[in-house]
Amino acid sequence: MAQTYTRPDFRLTPTPEGDDVVFWTGGEDDRLMIHRCRSCEQYFHPPAPACFRCRSRDVASEPVSGRGRVATFTVNRQPWLPTLPPPYVIVLVELEEQPDVRIFSQLVDVDPAEVRIGDEVEVFFEHWAPEGGTEVWLPLFRPVPPSVDAATVSGEDA
Amino acid sequence: MSGGPFDGKAVITGAGKSQVGRRLMRGGLDLTLEASLRAIADAGLTPDDIDGVASYPGPGAPQRGFSGADVHEVRNALGLRTSWYMSGIETAGQIGPVIEACMAVTLGFANHVLVFRSVWESTAQADGGRASVLFDGGKLPPHMAWTAPFGALSPANWLALPAQRYMHDHGLTREHLGTVALTARRHAALNPDAVFRDPLSMEDYLGARMISEPFGLYDCDVPCDGATAVIVSRRDAAAGLPRHPLTVESAGTGMFERATWDQRIDLTTMAAHDAAATLWDRTTLTSADVDVAQLYDGFTFLTVQWLDALGFAAHGEVGALLEDGALLALDGDLPLNTSGGQLSGGRLHGMGLLHEACVQLWGEGQERQVGGAVGSRPDVAVVAVGGGPVAGAMLLSHG
Repeated sequence: MAQTYTRPDFRLTPTPEGDDVVFWTGGEDDRLMIHRCRSCEQYFHPPAPACFRCRSRDVASEPVSGRGRVATFTVNRQPWLPTLPPPYVIVLVELEEQPDVRIFSQLVDVDPAEVRIGDEVEVFFEHWAPEGGTEVWLPLFRPVPPSVDAATVSGEDA
Repeated sequence: MSGGPFDGKAVITGAGKSQVGRRLMRGGLDLTLEASLRAIADAGLTPDDIDGVASYPGPGAPQRGFSGADVHEVRNALGLRTSWYMSGIETAGQIGPVIEACMAVTLGFANHVLVFRSVWESTAQADGGRASVLFDGGKLPPHMAWTAPFGALSPANWLALPAQRYMHDHGLTREHLGTVALTARRHAALNPDAVFRDPLSMEDYLGARMISEPFGLYDCDVPCDGATAVIVSRRDAAAGLPRHPLTVESAGTGMFERATWDQRIDLTTMAAHDAAATLWDRTTLTSADVDVAQLYDGFTFLTVQWLDALGFAAHGEVGALLEDGALLALDGDLPLNTSGGQLSGGRLHGMGLLHEACVQLWGEGQERQVGGAVGSRPDVAVVAVGGGPVAGAMLLSHG
């Protein structure tokens, strides 16, 4: 059964520094920011001050579409934190722009039993401003809603 | 034999283990000294003979219970006069310091190196579980900043991801993973020091509660308290010692991609594949020469990874090795994790597997001795440890 997304009361949030800050704050403008090399034009993640492929130092974060596919996933069933009751889906999303760049995240608004490798997903953000901590926007993913045409076709099949 | 990266000069002359168990409520240094002194005595040496010390991970352990003692604590406690020492976590897995010790004796930096690894994770987690040891001070440790926000607090989550992809791409099943767990339990039943020795059936395995799919309870190793130590000697310094010296034929230390858990080009391989490639590059022995395998099983899938990486099957085809447990039994072609591994023997974090390789090559496995039924013992053992971006491998021989 699909689990409707509800924002948890608490999450462990990162305290980003340096090159990582843009990734964790891009959500303020609803943008998934991924490091890209301006020399070889390849994206890479996590952020770093050099392109590991061509070693150019001319790198910076750029907004990407926020769309991608499930590279792999796991349904977590162990309670680790009281505010995140299982089951929930932990996912690696491969970016639409470049599939060998993967984002570690959570897939919500989904029936854990129905998730498949290759599913299309899209980003949204959860804002956190922990007391005494750093303000961040966590990128989460949810299934891409089927287009009207696809919904019609599947309705006719049924 | 001679040849290989150490030209036959690096040998193992002794091994020792402390008491091993759940919630022993003993101190990490106490356990470490117990294992160290046993290993030194096992080699026929005294602490005055030890002129090198090496250990994983050294100071700054990422969480409580992960390390029982630092090199200097052991040096200080035993009054060791060392001509060489090291510790580190950025090395070829938990046995990286053993490989460093092999280099040190080969180059003449030391004659007899004590190498130890100790954990007290069971006692550390006794009060509040795993989460309680991760957030001392309430702050997310840096290595979890990319995963913990999304509820992925355990390596069980991080490694379930590649496991699921391997199963999807290559047809590996939960029953295949179960074969690894059942093999370990069968061997643990023959090892009086193992933590879990009760029989485990495939039904038990499949019916156990899930942790992080595809991993259930029996896919995960068991935190324990215990220390392991070996003595690495230079062959010419080992003359006259009581034990037959075990030759370190090769060592696998490669890592060809970024050290990440999730960005490797092929998600169904790990740093294990790079470590294995360098292991075989450095020796004329091949996987066909291996008589017994001690392959890291922090999770069942990591043993699958090492079987894949070391070439016991073509990439992706490890499932065929795991159709039933016959191949991996003590009388099979590839006896696996003969002490019960970490899954049933206890999570001694890599070094327990090396200890068991030594026991088997010395023919002292008693009820669990490979070849014991016919009065023989193995000649070549492979030891491979780590998962994700952590990987190291060694090839040992009785020759």
